[in-house]
Amino acid sequence: MKKTLFDKIWDSHVVREIPSGREVLYIDRHFIHEVTSPQAFDGLKRRGIGLRHVSKTTATADHNVPTINQHLPIKEAQSREQVAKLYANCEEFGVELYGLGHEKQGIVHVIGPELGLTKPGMTIVCGDSHTSTHGAFGCIAFGIGTSQVEQVMATNCLILARPKTMRITINGRLGKNVFAKDIILYIISKLTAAGGTGYFVEYAGEAIRSLSMEARMTICNMSIEMGARGGMIAPDQTTIDYLLNTPNAPKSEEAIAFWRSLKTDEGATFDKEYEFEAADITPMITYGTNPGMGIKITAEVPNLPNSEKSLNYMGLQAGEQLLGKQVNYVFIGSCTNSRIEDLRLVADYVKGKQKADNVTAFVVPGSKQVERQAQVEGLDKILAAAGFELREPGCSACLGMNEDKIPSGEYCVSTSNRNFEGRQGPGARTFLASPLTAAATAIAGHIVDVSLIEN
Amino acid sequence: MKPINRLTSTAVPLPIADIDTDQIIPARFLKAITREGFGENFFRDWRFHKNDEPIQDFVLNNPIYSGEILIAGRNFGCGSSREHAAWALADYGFRVVVSSFFADIFKGNAMNNGILPITVSEDFLHRCFETIEAQPNAPFSINLEKNLFINESTGESTTFEIDDYKKTCLLNGYDDLDFLLSLEQDISAFEKRQVIY
Ligand code: SF4
Repeated sequence: MKKTLFDKIWDSHVVREIPSGREVLYIDRHFIHEVTSPQAFDGLKRRGIGLRHVSKTTATADHNVPTINQHLPIKEAQSREQVAKLYANCEEFGVELYGLGHEKQGIVHVIGPELGLTKPGMTIVCGDSHTSTHGAFGCIAFGIGTSQVEQVMATNCLILARPKTMRITINGRLGKNVFAKDIILYIISKLTAAGGTGYFVEYAGEAIRSLSMEARMTICNMSIEMGARGGMIAPDQTTIDYLLNTPNAPKSEEAIAFWRSLKTDEGATFDKEYEFEAADITPMITYGTNPGMGIKITAEVPNLPNSEKSLNYMGLQAGEQLLGKQVNYVFIGSCTNSRIEDLRLVADYVKGKQKADNVTAFVVPGSKQVERQAQVEGLDKILAAAGFELREPGCSACLGMNEDKIPSGEYCVSTSNRNFEGRQGPGARTFLASPLTAAATAIAGHIVDVSLIEN
Repeated sequence: MKPINRLTSTAVPLPIADIDTDQIIPARFLKAITREGFGENFFRDWRFHKNDEPIQDFVLNNPIYSGEILIAGRNFGCGSSREHAAWALADYGFRVVVSSFFADIFKGNAMNNGILPITVSEDFLHRCFETIEAQPNAPFSINLEKNLFINESTGESTTFEIDDYKKTCLLNGYDDLDFLLSLEQDISAFEKRQVIY
């Protein structure tokens, strides 16, 4: 039988079936963080049990942490307590922890791949929906709730209904200054915020193959924004080269041969297929309050039924152009776009330029490793000279939970993944876009079309 | 987990599509380290102004609507995987949530917390909203054993799908972990035969 990549990996992790058709799936790697783990650890304590495999579990503090002065105690009491609780739980249960100040600390979906803990063919979970990011390495990676975090801790297993499969193929080559972020915003705008629900997506085609691992992660990251459980990309030479540069991935011939074998058989069928042309994709931006509300940056805000609440929140009108709109905040960061490649792109563009006076621009690296690399390459100096603030690693203004928030009523061009009401802070208005669009907006003080930039 | 089977109650209508879990429970309330007390901040920013004054025209602040059933627009619970959304829903007092479409993770989280998510057709959903608009205290019933959801005032009923395993869990108040822990032998056998790189 011809099989999809998804089915191959899933099948090789089925511990057993249960009568109703659900399956018990074995989980190879579990990432945890401070927000969705305390109640799971408590559950284990109540039952008097430990983790089945501490060696398959890695913890970091990322969501609820400040991004300045991380060496000082966290100011806000509840946040401080939550992070302390993670540390105490990891200590008690023997879980490897990359806490604040640790050289490997960072956003959970940034550190897993860069440390080589994320590998092709694996099943990976985390109590966070953007676990889909890891699928860029050709693994089945998805977000789970806290009850499931507890289940994985205790048994390394979950009881799941097998999702349907979808393939999205992007043919051809991308145009100038069109990035992975534009591809995924384009896809979600076509499929809507619910278009992938019930599916696991494989991304394929020439445009996907040509992307770096960082860019592939950006695409898989946002799979969840169309409702899909996860996204994946078959491993190839790009994947292998990346893995060979990480500390934890094996370097053996067998491992490499296994990774190479992971692909969808020719002729295998998916429950759903979509095909798009890279040439049709141009710089994208969102105008509404879900990530499916995206348009070409040169387009007008559409007049769709039931979008009134959303447009009211955003302070926009149908027919209006976003191009040229004044924006006072620019956030470059989050597990979607905070990797070294993103920082290089931004630094390269802002080098020798100055941010506009009206703009507050901050860049938050995804991990300590990214931060160090940025310093080695002198990106920190370039960004500082252009008036951008370089912070310490964390989720930052992606989610309005820690100290970093966008003030109420203000617009923010953000490289993160969600433009929900209040996502970046109560009343904050988010435009999702690529790192280059964000950087160029910071320099201009208003939204610009980066496809017109001369390089 | 509290078992659930039959229930008759009035319902609270929320005819808005794509309600994401950031609305159900905003991130700034996820700092708690226990499962309790999330009901207070359920739909916080839709329920309250910044100065904590209730927003009068939001349905949860309208005393004519109440009950253990929440009826919401399409694609309910999308976005973040935070189980806190299900905890908040349950803590606020809902046992059942009805929509024409649920986001996957939310649906799983709800069931893991004894909340029954019922998927009905877009038409049926629409008629539920109409019924409540005409008669805010209209009763609705569920019968999980028979997979039935009934709009009592119109007499219209619909069946809903739920897989047998999850149904048994909800009917009996079992959770997945009890079952998984009983599979020790299968899991160990799997681990012995698995090759990982
Ligand atoms: S950066 Fe944002 S989306 Fe990513 S894990 Fe953190 S909060 Fe979630």
